[in-house]
Amino acid sequence: MTTLTLAKAINAGLRRSLDTDDRVMLMGEDVGALGGVFRVTDHLQAEFGRERVFDTPLAESGIIGTAIGLAMRGYRPVCEIQFDGFIYPAFDQIVSQLAKIHSRTDGAVTVPVTIRVPYGGGIGAVEHHSESPEAYFAHTAGLRVVSCSSPEDAFGMIQQAIASDDPVLFFEPKRRYWDKQDVDLDGTPTLGLHDARVVVDGTDLTVVAYGPMVATAVAAAREAQADGTSVEVIDLRSLSPIDFGTIERSVAKTGRLVVVHEAPVFLGLGAEIAARISERCFFLLESPVIRVGGYFTPYPPSKVEQYYLPDIDRVLDAIDRSLAVE
Amino acid sequence: MGIASLEITDRIEPVALLPTLPGDLLSHPVFSPYVDDVGDAELVQMYEDLVVVRRIDAEATALQRQGELGLWAPMLGQEAAQVGSARALRGTDFVFASYREHAVAYLRGVDPTMILRFWRGSTHSGWNPFEVNMTTPAIVVGSQMLQAVGYGMGILRDRSDDVAVTYFGDGATSQGDIAEALGFPASFHAPDVVFCQNNQFAISAPVGVQSTVPIVQRAAGFGIEGVQVDGNDVLAVLAVTRYAAERARNGHGPTFIEAVTYRMGPHTTSDDPTRYRDAEQFAVWKERDPIDRLLRTLEHRGLATPEMLAGAEAIAAAIATAVRSGCLATVEPAPESIFENVYAEPHPLLEEERAEFVAYHGIPDPTAGDSPEAGR
Repeated sequence: MTTLTLAKAINAGLRRSLDTDDRVMLMGEDVGALGGVFRVTDHLQAEFGRERVFDTPLAESGIIGTAIGLAMRGYRPVCEIQFDGFIYPAFDQIVSQLAKIHSRTDGAVTVPVTIRVPYGGGIGAVEHHSESPEAYFAHTAGLRVVSCSSPEDAFGMIQQAIASDDPVLFFEPKRRYWDKQDVDLDGTPTLGLHDARVVVDGTDLTVVAYGPMVATAVAAAREAQADGTSVEVIDLRSLSPIDFGTIERSVAKTGRLVVVHEAPVFLGLGAEIAARISERCFFLLESPVIRVGGYFTPYPPSKVEQYYLPDIDRVLDAIDRSLAVE
Repeated sequence: MGIASLEITDRIEPVALLPTLPGDLLSHPVFSPYVDDVGDAELVQMYEDLVVVRRIDAEATALQRQGELGLWAPMLGQEAAQVGSARALRGTDFVFASYREHAVAYLRGVDPTMILRFWRGSTHSGWNPFEVNMTTPAIVVGSQMLQAVGYGMGILRDRSDDVAVTYFGDGATSQGDIAEALGFPASFHAPDVVFCQNNQFAISAPVGVQSTVPIVQRAAGFGIEGVQVDGNDVLAVLAVTRYAAERARNGHGPTFIEAVTYRMGPHTTSDDPTRYRDAEQFAVWKERDPIDRLLRTLEHRGLATPEMLAGAEAIAAAIATAVRSGCLATVEPAPESIFENVYAEPHPLLEEERAEFVAYHGIPDPTAGDSPEAGR
């Protein structure tokens, strides 16, 4: 076991993918000598050379568009989009090209491109550096969308994403980059890329979260436990597809569900989860599904971002509101 | 605020090798050597190509008018730009096309009936890109160019001397993706032939809306060599494209070709060019017809015999008949096929929706082994 930050765990996973498959290449802005602005690709260019780990011109559409061409030539590109808010110039190449080429060509062409996106707020950044755009991509058939929340998952999931023959958007919770955990660098993942994980067992209420909000949800569960409420926390891990089975099993036990994410509540992942669980578990639910998330505003300036981001208290408040329904 | 001027001011003399009046080939110090091997037989073959692809185009337009195709994007007038460039490529080169490159597809070996399947609405594709090393239609204008560049970067890494070729129009040159698709190959020295068919229109907008200088000049700012060629001169297009491909194969990176031509038909069968096309300009370009242009040299050389002309027509007519019967015999996809190939690996949501779909429509499950009883 090695104690690693989440950023270093992704780095280790990338290294292993580069080692095991010489078709894997890393590309993006500043991923080479600098090792990325968050150092996620630190040292990889020195280890694997400039042909496999390379800086691109500053053009997100170009990064994804050329990655598609490289994939068509047989490579497995891993693209870094430097910050969440910079992904939109690549939107056409992602949703109209990357997502649809396999289907468009009746399965003849596969495009195994992984897109790494540091996302979410809470780091005191300027505009466009704190957003949570995952729902745009989860809404598009042809893409797989995942988000890790811990170093151990980061290490395994990035390798699974790269190994997938489908395009995968890999959302990295940038405010958790410095969280540490023991990681088995020789281990293989125990869960599939699209399996959710029960991270805290409980009996009274289920909280579903993903990415940066998992730690918040776990902390809220601990607080609730002190008040005598047993909260089960599920780390969703995969946003497309969604492991509804794990949520349903939990709700069958608890009868109450709160969904937490940083992205705006309106039409966010929580809306889909609430709707599906209401359809499938209607007679098991003791109270309506409650969503906790960002507001329907642009991401605010950092001096007031703490009022926008869900925190332990807002999760506890949602838990209280759910439990208040007899 | 309107566009200041629709006139492109700088004039360049495009490369030409076929004479505009009856006569033998023109000579060009740089490009003539690239077609030294083109003798009578090759000229006759290109004539046949031009006649055949024009006939396929006409048949497709007719099929659209008869309700067999939902839409068609005619290439009338652009045959030489496409035949000349496609004839310059090797089978292992990879073409990233726009949506009007029917002649290129034909010369890459695509069954013309398969080209029509896209326009009929039977598929989003039409052929397996890897079987002919050419992509299927790219509808978002300019999107295919970056993919060609990436493919070229892969060629470089493979130490191969193949080239990636991307086709696009004058309208695409205004897209942001083209700026990126010129910057990337210049930076990486990718082996790309960047082939612009300037057919003078983006649907209705004349090329002057896209650029106030010749399109080819866009390459210079990226450090890419640009060549403007007479797009209605099949031999000059062949020579210039061979030149560009050779540069790419020899490690000299991308070349930008602007083939100056004219779209003699509508943008698509849904368009009405009489609303925006200048009649005088149209008449001028009618005189520059690419088939007539080649025919003058064939006549000069005594190659335009009644047998040769009738032979080309007969081949074109036979292919047109096959295209028509192939189109009418199209087997449409099964309804549940919409769920196929969305992902390369299983996706539970899709499988769930597919199960609901087949149950709702009462579609028998081939894996279950039981089919509905006859007569029910």
